[in-house]
Amino acid sequence: MRNINAYVVKTLSSREYIAPGHRACAGCGEVLAMRQVQKALGRNVIVASATGCMEIVSSPFPFSSWEVPWIHVAFENAAAVAGGIEAALKVLQRKGKIEGKKIFVAAMAGDGGTADIGLQALSGALERGHNFLFICYDNEAYMNTGVQRSSSTPFGASTMTSPVGSAQIGQLTWKKNMMAIAAAHGIPYLATASPSYPMDLSEKVAKAAKTEGPAYVHVLSVCPSGWGIPSDATVKFGRLAVETGFFPLYEIEEGKYRITVDVEELLPLEMYLKPQGRFRHLKPELIEQISRRVRAEWRELNRKAEEQKEIEERE
Amino acid sequence: MGKYLGMEVSFAAAEAVKLCNVDVVAAYPITPQTHIVERLSQFVADGELDAEFVPVESEHSALSLCVGSQAAGARSFTCTSSQGLALMSEIVYIVPALRLPIVMILANRSLSGPLSIWNDHSDVMSVRDCGWIQLFVENGQEVFDHVIIAYKIAENHNVLLPVMINMDGFILSHMFEPIKLMEQEDVDAYLPPYQPKFVLHPDKPVTMGAYAMPALFTEAKKAQEEALLASYPHILQAWKSWEKVSGRSYHPVETFCSEDAETLFITMGSLGETAGEAVRVLRGQGKKVGLLKLRLWRPFPFHDFYKAIGNAQRLIVLDRAVSYGGPGGPVAGEIRSALYNMENRPQVINFVAGLGGREVSVESFLEMFISSIEGKASGYQLFGVRG
Repeated sequence: MRNINAYVVKTLSSREYIAPGHRACAGCGEVLAMRQVQKALGRNVIVASATGCMEIVSSPFPFSSWEVPWIHVAFENAAAVAGGIEAALKVLQRKGKIEGKKIFVAAMAGDGGTADIGLQALSGALERGHNFLFICYDNEAYMNTGVQRSSSTPFGASTMTSPVGSAQIGQLTWKKNMMAIAAAHGIPYLATASPSYPMDLSEKVAKAAKTEGPAYVHVLSVCPSGWGIPSDATVKFGRLAVETGFFPLYEIEEGKYRITVDVEELLPLEMYLKPQGRFRHLKPELIEQISRRVRAEWRELNRKAEEQKEIEERE
Repeated sequence: MGKYLGMEVSFAAAEAVKLCNVDVVAAYPITPQTHIVERLSQFVADGELDAEFVPVESEHSALSLCVGSQAAGARSFTCTSSQGLALMSEIVYIVPALRLPIVMILANRSLSGPLSIWNDHSDVMSVRDCGWIQLFVENGQEVFDHVIIAYKIAENHNVLLPVMINMDGFILSHMFEPIKLMEQEDVDAYLPPYQPKFVLHPDKPVTMGAYAMPALFTEAKKAQEEALLASYPHILQAWKSWEKVSGRSYHPVETFCSEDAETLFITMGSLGETAGEAVRVLRGQGKKVGLLKLRLWRPFPFHDFYKAIGNAQRLIVLDRAVSYGGPGGPVAGEIRSALYNMENRPQVINFVAGLGGREVSVESFLEMFISSIEGKASGYQLFGVRG
């Protein structure tokens, strides 16, 4: 592949922070992403989790998969809870009540807990400038409740509440652009990531954690159960999402766009959509329509990144 | 010992929060709670209180943020009213299950609709069964005292439960009263620094907020109820030690002229002062009337209540919320149920009064008394309603 470094995982920490025995489905891309994220964050972190798949699979009392301090409160408030943890660490260290070592604060939520019900708390926390990292594990629907559509579900995808019928082609709206929404808060660091590119993900999470102020990382989390693909194809579909331009990997650092996994020539979108159960019904003209939009967005992203390069060269 | 100062009760509440040296304050503005948080934010701006003041984007986030900060070991405070409580109610129920000793002032205000910014108890009654320790206060001094007492109770390792202080919106929050403040060293001696039993910290990882399957959920709820019931002696103890510091004493059920009373008014919150005046008037007329003021609402002080009603034959229970289609107001409903197993239980007459800021005066109590004596009032009625 083009970016060979993306697959070199041997340099990742061998220490695990998500213990085995969790209850995720076979081939879950989200738990894979979470495992990589926690490796990148290390042990000096406190995690606030929204309700959702990752919460359910990792914390059935009296068991816990968490080797780092972790709290779950409700569905929509992970960012607010993380904001509280950050405020507490700040004031307690300032007052000398706890020692002053660096402790990262991370909030985690699915696409529902980020883009739908959690959007207000997330926006508030980003705007207030808490020093924390928000990770959206985006599996593109409400998988924990049995595959209902969210605002992050792609156009054309069939879910239990955006079904295919004689009068409907599945999801009728385009995926909400959470990166643009988060970026509009003027926060210092944002990135998209995928567990199919572990080094890229790991570098971004480490960078996001070290950022002073809020950081946002949006991770595409392939869901074999919800997407209708074989459970051994998770990593492959994560790569196809990137190679077709459907989910580009990039970062926005202090407003500067950079594509981190470049794709010289996008693969045909059918290669990503057609084998997935949720897109199986799509006719060629609809795939073409989606493809046009994906390519336009890809060009726009490249333009922003190129612009940045030119500015840097001029300087 | 401190000196008396005339000040708005909301400011007195803020002074108490400052004296508790809280670490995190998170709040969202809602009338009539605003003056408390405005004052706290000024204390932080002036460097008088070393705390993180977090102006959140909703009440839901206010309490969520306090959950995070308290779980990370910070003494946390929030306050709200009415719709704010309704919005945060999801989290209100989670806090005691997480055993986090957050203190919240609720400046009681009607729940919409119709929208009303004025005072009644429909907000707190909507979260009656949320599992917090719930206290009602009658005047500004009690507000001030109970902020400090609430932290003392909540943070006790034998308690570790959140405490909600109910103070009537406007009637208390915006009233100017002489308040006896405390010296910092006296408060420090009474309230030691917060020592969390479990805390989110990488040196000793813990999982908080794990979910329960049916095999364990009931046991979790039993443990939670036992914790609330077990808080009772520690609440008494906190009041007792406060008396030593301040000279002011508090009880789960406050009584006034109740010893030989045949008729007892039962009130909560600021109505107690008005009812007390009415009792004075009626005693002057030779009527055997007394007053019980429920200070501790949860855990409900059954024992103190039975003791306080003595041999009274008639209880006139004031409710400040409607339980639509139910057996009367929520307070009267509880009291009737508490009396059910008594052999010679008194008659319960229930007036729902003072809704949405409607005034309840001394004359109102006299009127309630007369209509109860004459048998015109029975069961449940909305007091003074037109039409």
